[in-house]
Amino acid sequence: MHEQTLTELSQALAQNRVSSRELTAHYLQRIEKFDTTLNSFITVTGESALAQADAADARRARGEATPLTGIPIAHKDIFCTAGVKTSCGSRMLDNFISPYDATVVARLKEAGVVMLGKTNMDEFAMGSSNETSYYGPVRNPWKHDCVPGGSSGGSAAAVTAGLCSAATGTDTGGSIRQPAALTGLTGLKPTYGRVSRYGMIAFASSLDQAGTLTRSAADAALLLQAIAGFDDHDSTALDDPVPDYGAALHTPWKKLRIGVPKNFFDDGLDADNAAAVRASLEVFAKLGATIKPIQLDHVHLSVPVYYVVAPAEASSNLSRFDGVRFGYRAAGVNNLDELYRRTRGEGFGAEVKRRILTGTYVLSTGYYDAYYLQAQKVRQLISEDFRLAFADVDLIAGPTTPTPAFALGQKTGDPIQMYLNDIYTIGANLAGLPAMSIPCGLVGGLPVGLQLVGPHLAEEQLLKAAHHYQQETAWHCQTPEAYA
Amino acid sequence: MSAAMSWEIVIGLEIHTQLATASKIFSGASTAYGAPPNSQACLVDLGYPGALPVLNEQAVLMAIKFGLATHCKIAPRSVFARKNYFYPDLPKGYQISQYELPIVQSGHIDIFTENGELKTIGITRAHLEEDAGKSLHEKFERYSGIDLNRAGTPLLEIVSEPDLRSAAEAGAYMRKIHELVRYLGISDGNMQEGSFRCDANVSVRRRGDTVLGTRAELKNLNSFRFVEKAIEIEAERQIELLEDGGTVIQETRLYDADRNETRPMRTKEEANDYRYFPDPDLLPVVIEPAVVESIRASLPELPDAKRTRFMEQYALSAYDADVLTSSAGLAEYFEAAVTHAKQAPPKLIANWVQGKVIAALNEDGLEIGESKVGPADLGALTDKIADETLSGKLANEVFEALRAGSGTVDAIIAQRGLQQITDQGEIEKLVRGVIAEHPAQAQQFRDGNAKVLGFFVGKVMQASQGKANPQQVNALLRSLLTG
Repeated sequence: MHEQTLTELSQALAQNRVSSRELTAHYLQRIEKFDTTLNSFITVTGESALAQADAADARRARGEATPLTGIPIAHKDIFCTAGVKTSCGSRMLDNFISPYDATVVARLKEAGVVMLGKTNMDEFAMGSSNETSYYGPVRNPWKHDCVPGGSSGGSAAAVTAGLCSAATGTDTGGSIRQPAALTGLTGLKPTYGRVSRYGMIAFASSLDQAGTLTRSAADAALLLQAIAGFDDHDSTALDDPVPDYGAALHTPWKKLRIGVPKNFFDDGLDADNAAAVRASLEVFAKLGATIKPIQLDHVHLSVPVYYVVAPAEASSNLSRFDGVRFGYRAAGVNNLDELYRRTRGEGFGAEVKRRILTGTYVLSTGYYDAYYLQAQKVRQLISEDFRLAFADVDLIAGPTTPTPAFALGQKTGDPIQMYLNDIYTIGANLAGLPAMSIPCGLVGGLPVGLQLVGPHLAEEQLLKAAHHYQQETAWHCQTPEAYA
Repeated sequence: MSAAMSWEIVIGLEIHTQLATASKIFSGASTAYGAPPNSQACLVDLGYPGALPVLNEQAVLMAIKFGLATHCKIAPRSVFARKNYFYPDLPKGYQISQYELPIVQSGHIDIFTENGELKTIGITRAHLEEDAGKSLHEKFERYSGIDLNRAGTPLLEIVSEPDLRSAAEAGAYMRKIHELVRYLGISDGNMQEGSFRCDANVSVRRRGDTVLGTRAELKNLNSFRFVEKAIEIEAERQIELLEDGGTVIQETRLYDADRNETRPMRTKEEANDYRYFPDPDLLPVVIEPAVVESIRASLPELPDAKRTRFMEQYALSAYDADVLTSSAGLAEYFEAAVTHAKQAPPKLIANWVQGKVIAALNEDGLEIGESKVGPADLGALTDKIADETLSGKLANEVFEALRAGSGTVDAIIAQRGLQQITDQGEIEKLVRGVIAEHPAQAQQFRDGNAKVLGFFVGKVMQASQGKANPQQVNALLRSLLTG
């Protein structure tokens, strides 16, 4: 069962070939069996999952099921879940039981999904390897001494290993697409604001976007249908109508022009990875797409811009973790200063502190103009590059990552090398554009991804292109043997 | 010239007024005052992980009203920013405020100076922000209590130009703004509850100097009296310091009312670098011109316009008009009384409103709308003065009777027989009687002692039980005494 896509499971449930209880129990067994090794879950909510499964089966019996009713999924531990620990991968929130559901969680709950648990992640989503988690690193199901990517590494590993049918993730600079690429999944980061951020613990508010990690584009369409749409709890949520993403998958395209940024195929890109991406472009060409080279003049500045803007926002967003109202509080403190120093000193890990310090610095008097303001200007230029490019092409394609999954510990000593992992993905966040990563090959036995970026609110076109590709290829059907 | 005379005091005020919205500026929690601690703070106010602010539109509309009433520009696009600092009663570790692009910019308001002159005070800006919670240091041993009910309450911070030149001017300006926000219905202005408080920037310079002196900021002044006293004492301190060859340092100071002195706040609290940056959780506030125009159209007649109209329409002095337009209720009362009066001139009515009516309200602790003597009564009463039925003294008696609820003006006059005696013959009879009774005094008058006239007037009034028309009494005495 676990090797099937969410779409297939949805049909099996609809035809009563399987019950949600059976499915849920099956996934819980697999979590029990495999997760000691993988470490992809921080919290497993077995009991409530079975209760939700029974409720879903009863709902189906009443004829009130949605396509997602009874589907067992997992939530990245960045989403607030009422009555369930919501740690954000940090010691700071190790004792935090959220009193409310994030909008994403609430909407999926309403559709009848079953929550199996909360997945591991880089602390406060700050990392590209899942190694900054307070709960320890996650292993890549394809190769246990490799990272699954991050920050949604737990979600990626859990779906890849068949511990859940799909999982939610968040993407601030590539945190859905990069792990999807490194584990052979379909990762979707919608347009900024397409999905509400309410209840999603903020890292960098102007970049954060919720999305999905699934086995196929069709699965992503099903989930996006449930979570997209306006939310009056989030001022930055978009009020545009939500189209029928499932229907969009099957419509033929009249013409598809795919732009390929020349500078995405430079020296930083692994040669085999590049070959896999080029091969996938040929598939698109065979499907009738026009492939044309394009230029994104400022995209090479994405990483430096990102590492000013994101830490700046993070330094402010993370100020609320002060030991006063919730979360970790250092013991035996004598005064206010000590409460702050020790709570934050002991509650946050090294990478989080690095970014808070960086962010505080770039916002400080005397540095604001040179860093924060300058970065905002360059961010504008990057957005403008994309806007101009989309005058001539419908989608932009390229590699998701420079290399396949790297070894655990390989980059932890060198933050810059770690940051460069997101060099191709960050642009879409800075411009607020929808983007996907879909599996497009294996390099040395490890999956690599093709990234597709679309214009504002072009989720339909993105999903359609990915779906058509997945009708022609089988890369997305590959699973690591040990988890078959 | 005394030392103080050769110095000029320069003051700018930052007034924080709580806007009268039902819910908070970024959440749905209630803003009602006096609830048990932390019972009116929701996830957003508590700064919970994942919670997001959503702007309360009412607060924006109120800010626009204020801006229009003070001749300010309403920014077509304004931006909320985060002011970052750590304090336990600041749940998110930052306050959402407006920094570079406030919603209300550059306008002015008129005040009366202590010399009775009209003076225009510039308003630099007014911006929206959220209030912090409250720290309670007294009630707990070894700990501080935090009450977050106030966290997220909408404030409008109104910043004046450094146009004020005395403590009295600062007080007049603060009262004027206080009147205005209440007039507009955008704040209850309750100072005990902290709904209206201010910081004062005070500096001094030698008269004639054009460069501003170094200023001190006096924090959290929550009454008109404190503002005036704090500014006075701070200006004195600076002048003394400078005359002794010292220098003023730029710092934040607190006013201690018990000791009537200002002293520096702990410097630690000032060492903050607030790291302002645009809040990415909130979109810029975009205000269409049509919205501004519809609010402008819905505004009540504003105090300044009303003052001008009162001066022209009712031939009142600027001072009278200013007092009568200081609140909507008072202006309404005055105009109603004028409408009811058939012959009393507006100036007479204005005097009564500013005199007896306000004094009675203060005595009874009532608002103008609750006045025991209604505008119709006052109109009728002043008519009786105008037609000389009542002397001033008798009118006072009738007013007191009205206040005690003893009936209408006419009924009271009839009941008590208070009509003024204006019958020439009747008065002459009284006058002749009094002169006949006091021949010695009459002789004194004839010998040139004019002061004795007062004696006779008193006697005649006494004889008439105060009802004789004083003007007629006077005239008759003069002619009969000399005749």
